[in-house]
Amino acid sequence: MPIHEKSLIRPENITSHDELVIEGVDVSGHWSTFIETRVISDYNEEMEQEIAALPGGEHIHRCWQCGSCTNSCTVHAIEPRFNPRYWIYLIRTGMESELLRDKDIIWQCVSCNKCTYACPRDVVPEGVMKATAHWLEMKGHVPESPSMTFDKIFTEQIVEHGRIEDTKVLMQFMKRTNQPLMQDWLKQIVMNIGMRLPVKWGLRSAWNFVFHPRVSGWKKAGAALEDYINEVEQHHKSALGDNKSKVATDNAGQRQLRAAE
Amino acid sequence: MVDVTERAKQLRDVAYYPGCALEGSGNGYDVSTRAIAYALGLNLRDVKDWNCCGAMEVKNIDPKVQTYLSSRVLSQAVNKTKNNIVMAPCNGCYHNLKKAEYDLAHDENSREIIDKLSTKAGHQTYEAGQAETIHALDWIKETIGEEGLRERTKGKLAGLKIANYYGCMYVRPRHIFPEKDQGPGSESTSKPHFMDDLLSAAGAENVEFPLKTACCGGAHTLSDSDMSTKLVLNILQAAEASGAEVIATECPTCHSGLEMHQIRAEKRYGKKTNVRILYFTQLLGLALGIGPRKLGIHTNISDSIDFLREKGLT
Ligand code: SF4
Ligand code: SF4
Repeated sequence: MPIHEKSLIRPENITSHDELVIEGVDVSGHWSTFIETRVISDYNEEMEQEIAALPGGEHIHRCWQCGSCTNSCTVHAIEPRFNPRYWIYLIRTGMESELLRDKDIIWQCVSCNKCTYACPRDVVPEGVMKATAHWLEMKGHVPESPSMTFDKIFTEQIVEHGRIEDTKVLMQFMKRTNQPLMQDWLKQIVMNIGMRLPVKWGLRSAWNFVFHPRVSGWKKAGAALEDYINEVEQHHKSALGDNKSKVATDNAGQRQLRAAE
Repeated sequence: MVDVTERAKQLRDVAYYPGCALEGSGNGYDVSTRAIAYALGLNLRDVKDWNCCGAMEVKNIDPKVQTYLSSRVLSQAVNKTKNNIVMAPCNGCYHNLKKAEYDLAHDENSREIIDKLSTKAGHQTYEAGQAETIHALDWIKETIGEEGLRERTKGKLAGLKIANYYGCMYVRPRHIFPEKDQGPGSESTSKPHFMDDLLSAAGAENVEFPLKTACCGGAHTLSDSDMSTKLVLNILQAAEASGAEVIATECPTCHSGLEMHQIRAEKRYGKKTNVRILYFTQLLGLALGIGPRKLGIHTNISDSIDFLREKGLT
């Protein structure tokens, strides 16, 4: 079955009748399983362009639907609903409502790049997943994902200090996502190494904790990056906004044309 | 053939880029890398005032920021450390420096942005081709080589069954590693073997391990812990099923991911695995007769001291 028909065979689209006779032929029982007619009229024509305007999404138009990405995908093996090929199809055809059914799992791409390795068309599906997750957040379809929160904390630390410290990132992440810092497994890890570590190691970590490693001369680089990131964010926002108004006027123009005919 | 020895000589003195992870949770990798460098007479010059390469996170904010961060590291190596071979043991750093190299060589827009940012930041702009990034595996392979290790270790790791785990960033995406997949002698992106080669030269028995380049979920180790635990458990169980006693690693993110989620799998899903997790530099260090403390083995989360004692390696 072509991938775009996948959505047709969901339970809610299938009807059957215990007794049914059509033109004198008895088609009761499993012969009477029908797929409901589907009419889609609300294509989002801007979606592909908007996602292509975000970093990673640039090459989405190259996809020829071979399915190698999904076939090689790390997350797909664990969560069969995670399907880059299908989502690329939905995005390209503008089937937004279908895409939104999976909106809560798209951010789960682990960036392993198995898809990029397998893709014969250099679509970089990994990038498309990131761009799509980004788009969903920017459009307000989903709240900020834990992954995005993590990326932000990480980047903020780099802009500020030039380097990152894993303990600090961990603590900030747990705090911002409202998770208790002392998860049972983290406690176990701390205990495991705590038992074996010499005092010196503990002192070193404590030292690093108070005196953060700094890169001398970083201030200017940090400032330059901060400006650049703000600029890029503005650009993304306007790319989504501008496209929208542009396509909206195009659509309005077409409607007028049609009305005139 | 002249250039082989010429190159080996050049690689004996490299700019060393440890990266953030090796200063934190991956400290055992840093300590053991320095220890074997010393034992093998290789010179490591720390890149002066290095910064984070952008890891896996920054590119999701904007890929050019990652390219800039990595290009600054390369610029510091070339202009401040005066060495144009940069050795990065961390897969993430290695990957990002390679990626920056590729971007700068192929994308005019990247070049412009990086030049602008570098100028604002007040340092020389890195230009593609000025430096070469290598991994710790290339470094040992090309300086000491299997022959050299065989002589120096006398097969000390004999009887140790190892699964070599390379992860994602060392091999994917293929286009940023133009030197790989170049026929005999070069590294393979589908079936990497450099770590296998080095450890077997030190006497170890490499098991047939199908998940060499599987993903450990490192990018979401905290933000999607359940996913990571499942992926790691899969790797650990496959290694055990292949008969491995130890998983050798060459990346701090993979390494701590395997270690953390080995514990998490036990706590959350009641799935216990016994395979030990060690950096390949720690294994080579043991083979060279260096003590486990000097290799930072006691700072690993996965406890392998007793096991190594049983094996007569400490
Ligand atoms: S592998 Fe590439 S071309 Fe094939 S379906 Fe996936 S994105 Fe499209
Ligand atoms: S990078 Fe993401 S989409 Fe691609 S194979 Fe890995 S998990 Fe799947």
